[in-house]
Amino acid sequence: MSEEAAIEVAGLLKSYGDTEVLRGIDLRVPAGGVHALLGPNGAGKTTTVRVLSTLSGPDGGVVRVAGHDVRRERAAVRRRISVTGQYAALDEQQTGRENLWTFGRLRGLGRRAARERAAELLGSFDLREAADRAVATYSGGMRRRLDIAAALTGGRPRVLFLDEPTTGLDPRSRRTTWGTVSELARQGVTVFLTTQYLEEADHLAGRVTLLDRGRIVAEGTPAELKRRVAARRLELTAVSPTAHQELRRRLDVAPLHDDPHGLRLSVATDGTAAAVRGLLDRLDPTADLLARFDVLDASLDDVFLALTGRATRPAGTRPKETGHAA
Amino acid sequence: MPHSHALGPTRAAPHRPAPTAGPLARVVTLTGRCVRLSARNLDALLMSLALPVLLMLVFVYLFGGAITTGDPATSYVTYVVPGVLVLCSGYGAALTASTLNGDLRSGVVDRFRSMDVGGTALVGGHVLASLARNAAATAAVLLVALLLGFRPRASLGAALAAAVVLLCYVLALSWLAAVVGALVSTPEAAGAFGFVALFLPYPSSAFVPVETMPGWLHGFAGHQPVTSVIESLRALLLGAPAGASPWIALAWCAVLLALSVPLASLALARRHR
Ligand SMILES: Nc1ncnc2c1ncn2[C@@H]1O[C@H](COP(=O)(O)OP(=O)(O)O)[C@@H](O)[C@H]1O
Ligand SMILES: [Mg+2]
Repeated sequence: MSEEAAIEVAGLLKSYGDTEVLRGIDLRVPAGGVHALLGPNGAGKTTTVRVLSTLSGPDGGVVRVAGHDVRRERAAVRRRISVTGQYAALDEQQTGRENLWTFGRLRGLGRRAARERAAELLGSFDLREAADRAVATYSGGMRRRLDIAAALTGGRPRVLFLDEPTTGLDPRSRRTTWGTVSELARQGVTVFLTTQYLEEADHLAGRVTLLDRGRIVAEGTPAELKRRVAARRLELTAVSPTAHQELRRRLDVAPLHDDPHGLRLSVATDGTAAAVRGLLDRLDPTADLLARFDVLDASLDDVFLALTGRATRPAGTRPKETGHAA
Repeated sequence: MPHSHALGPTRAAPHRPAPTAGPLARVVTLTGRCVRLSARNLDALLMSLALPVLLMLVFVYLFGGAITTGDPATSYVTYVVPGVLVLCSGYGAALTASTLNGDLRSGVVDRFRSMDVGGTALVGGHVLASLARNAAATAAVLLVALLLGFRPRASLGAALAAAVVLLCYVLALSWLAAVVGALVSTPEAAGAFGFVALFLPYPSSAFVPVETMPGWLHGFAGHQPVTSVIESLRALLLGAPAGASPWIALAWCAVLLALSVPLASLALARRHR
C-alpha cells in the first residue's frame, strides 16, 4: 500500500469548449506528505483539482487517485478522498454544527456518530462558540476552518484536496490553516493543495509542481527548484529613470527581472560581499545612480520567473529581507 | 490550532474508506436540510403563507360577489377553495426550481458529489421538502377558508382521496420544477417557472366555470392537467360524484413524473460534465 502512489496522472487533457485548460499533465504524488500545485491565476489549478477529485471528467489521459481510476471507479475514489474547493461549500443558513451533521450523515455516519463527529470537529477547529450560529455570520477564517472540517466528517481521507486553502485569509488564519495541514499530513493523510503563494508551498510542501497555462513547467522539492536558479538575488533600485536605463546598459548579464516603473533591476548573485561590492563598483563607480540595493534569498517566485519568463504577481510586491541603503 | 487527537476519527482505523450512506438515509438527510433552509428563508416562507390568505380574501370578497357558480347550493368560497389550493400548491412546488438552482450555483453540491451523493437523491430531498412546505400552505388555505365559511361535505374517504390527488400534483409539479432548476443558469430564470405555475390555474375551472370563457379556450381550459386536479378536488371535497377526473388527474401526474424524474437526473448529469 505504501508503494502505491496517492495520485498518478498521465497525459491529462481537459477543455472547456474551445479553451484547452489542461494540456497534457503528468504527475505522480507519492502517498503521505503535502504536495503543492503552484501556479498563477488561470493556470488550471482548480480544473486539475476538480478532475482529480472526480468532480469533472477528464477529456483524455489516465487519472488514478488512491489506487482507483477516476473515470471507471469513481465511487471507490470518492470513498477515499475529500475535497475543499476554492469557494466555501457550506450552507450559509445552516449553523456550523448542522452543516457538519449533514455532511456526516451523507458520509454514512449514524445519527449519534454524526452528532459526535460534528462536536469533535467543532472543538478541534476552534468553532465551539460559533457552533450554533448560522454560517452567514462567520468570518472568512472561521468559514475556511469549517470548510476544511467538513472534509473530515467521514474520518481521515486517504487523499485530501485543498484548493487555495489560504487565499483571502489574514496572516493569523493562514498560520492556523498551515498548522492544520501539517497536522493532517503528520497523521498520514496525503494532502494535495493548490496555492498562488510561493512562500506557502515553500513552507508546507515536501514537493511542488509548477503549473503554467495548463502545463507543468517544473516539479521537485522546494530546495531542488531553488537550486535551478541562483541562490541569491541582488535587487537594485535606481535614483531616476535615466539612471535605471544607464544601469541596464552597463549590466553585462541579462537581469532576472527588469522593472522600469519601480526603477528596479534584479541580478543573480551568490551573495558574497566580494561579488556584491564588485558588481556595485562596476555598475555605479561614481556612486550616483543607485538609491539602494537588497540581497534577497532566491524564492520560488524567482524559480517561476526563471522557468516561465513571467512573474506570478505584479512587480514590487516581493517581501524584503535584507535591505541596505546604497 | 487543532488538537491532534481530534482531527482523525475516534474509533476508525486510519484510511478506512468512508462508509456510504444508504439511499434512504441520504434522502432523509437532504430533505431535513432543505426543510431547515426553507424554514429560514423568511421571504419565501412569508410569501408561501401570505399568498393563500390573500388569495382567499381577494377571491371571496373582491370577485366573489360578481361571480355565480351556476349552483345556488354552492357558495363561491366553497367553489373557489380547490382553485386556491391548486394555485398555492403550484406556487409552492415551483419554488423547487429556485431552491435546487440555488444549490447548483453554490459549492455545496460539489461537496455532495464528492461524497458520492447522486443527483436523484438531491432532487428527492428538494421535492420532499416541497411537499412539506405545501402541506403547511394547504393547512393555511383550509384554515382561512373555514373561517370564511367554507363547508366541505367530504366523507373521510373522499377527503383522503383529495389529499392523494393534491399530493401527487405537488409531487409531479415539484419534480418538473426541479428539471427547470437543473436546466437554467440564473435564479431569475428559475423564478420564472413560478410565474407559469401561478398562471396555469386561471384558464381552467379553478375560479370561474369553463363555459363562461371564450369558445376557443374551452379545449385547453377543459382538458389541461390543472382542470382535472381541480375538478377532482372540488367533487371530492363537496361530496359530489367525481367520475373519472381523479384518475385523469393521477394519470397526468404519472406522465409528468415519468418525464421529469429521468429528465432532472439527465439535466444534472449534463451540468456536471
Ligand atoms: N467551467 C469553465 N468553463 C469555461 N472555462 C473555464 C471553466 N473553468 C475554468 N475555465 C478556464 O480555465 C482556465 C483555468 O481555470 P482554473 O482551473 O480555474 O485556474 P486556476 O484555478 O489556476 O486559477 C481559465 O482560463 C478559466 O477561464
Ligand atoms: Mg482556482
